[in-house]
Amino acid sequence: MSKEHDRGMTIIVKTVTRLTVGLIFLYGIYIILHGHLTPGGGFAGGVIVALSFINVDLAFGGKVSDRIFSKGSTSVIEALGGVMFLALALLGLQWGGFFDNFLHPDGEPGMLISAGIIPLENIAISLKVGAGLFAIFLTLITLQKFESEKK
Amino acid sequence: MIELYVLIGLMIAGSLIAIEVKNLLSAVVAVGVVGLGLSIIFLILKAPDVALTQIVVEIAAVVLLIRATLNRDIAMKYCGNRPFGAIMGILFTGFVFVIALITFKDGLNLFGAPLMTVSQFYPLNAIEGTGATNVVSAIILDYRAYDTLGEATVLFTAVVGVLTVMRSPGKKKEEDLQDSK
Amino acid sequence: MDAYLPYVLCLVLFCIGIYAVISKRNIIKIIIGVIIAEYAVNLFLILVAYKAGGRSPIFSRTQEILPEAMVDPLPHALVLTSIVIGLATTAFLIALAVRLYGKYGTFDISRMRELRG
Repeated sequence: MSKEHDRGMTIIVKTVTRLTVGLIFLYGIYIILHGHLTPGGGFAGGVIVALSFINVDLAFGGKVSDRIFSKGSTSVIEALGGVMFLALALLGLQWGGFFDNFLHPDGEPGMLISAGIIPLENIAISLKVGAGLFAIFLTLITLQKFESEKK
Repeated sequence: MIELYVLIGLMIAGSLIAIEVKNLLSAVVAVGVVGLGLSIIFLILKAPDVALTQIVVEIAAVVLLIRATLNRDIAMKYCGNRPFGAIMGILFTGFVFVIALITFKDGLNLFGAPLMTVSQFYPLNAIEGTGATNVVSAIILDYRAYDTLGEATVLFTAVVGVLTVMRSPGKKKEEDLQDSK
Repeated sequence: MDAYLPYVLCLVLFCIGIYAVISKRNIIKIIIGVIIAEYAVNLFLILVAYKAGGRSPIFSRTQEILPEAMVDPLPHALVLTSIVIGLATTAFLIALAVRLYGKYGTFDISRMRELRG
């Protein structure tokens, strides 16, 4: 067995995770991008994307998930989402006011490219929520490891 | 609407189990049952956005709670009520219950007949005003985007708070504390 | 009274959560009480928004849907925000509980008060 199999859960959980985690991630992306057409949006989609990373972390142990998405990059991505949201709000000042929907008349309602800045705001919110939740999870996990090493 | 009453009854039973059972892991699982019932109730009440968010957030909350309580042998030890806790709790919740019942009689709309004086504006103007077919998404990201900005601020504050509380104390700081004593 | 029955059941759920917060000694039980009270508040807002025979507040390209037939979408938006904030505050409470456990070695708040001195 390779080194990857030493940590984490059993081989069954690892195999099922390897098969399904990509689908969970894709479902989160779908929920985010179709947030202005169907139920869902940035909040739900962001948490689903974070849950796919949490799934990898729980099944394979901390080292594998740290290689994909480390603790430093969560804070960078969360800040990126916040800055993107605020930048969209401030760009509206050029046209009418704070949070003005300046792209709105482009696109037909009901299509994927429509509704002005709402899809972009959905992406920003999902980055913020997903990265924030995953940062909280990683912090709680790493402190537990720290405590068990101390004993 | 019989299924609504059945599901709320299930949620009440689940929450009673969650606060009275001795094993903490069973209590967390019972909270999961309560959240799942809540998600299905949202679906029955025609709120699919909220149902989707609720079920996903419920999974995340249960995972966090289990990671916090698992692997701690002392966590399985039962701690009872506070002294006079049960009497105080029953008195206070009874007080809240009576006051809320009096308030319901006068100031609340009947179930199934909402007051739409303000919010009728949103479904009528969402397509022309924003172009989004999902009215809830149009409200949270266009008409009331300030709410979402405030929500992002609260979330950021919570993340920073968790990182601050959970950071491991540095060695230098501990020495400083001992010196000052 | 029948038209108020869902509100009353929701109030019972809220009172169970508040009872747990007031009377329990274990911190995890207190967190569970806070979570249950928060669920009850969310449920109450969605119950207020329900219109008998209404539809979900989503338009369609292929089907004509009257805006007058929709349920009230404004509480849905508020609850959507409130759920995510509830998750963040729950995580913060869990972090505080884990920290207190690391310091005192127990989840019992009465024993914590004894151990502090």
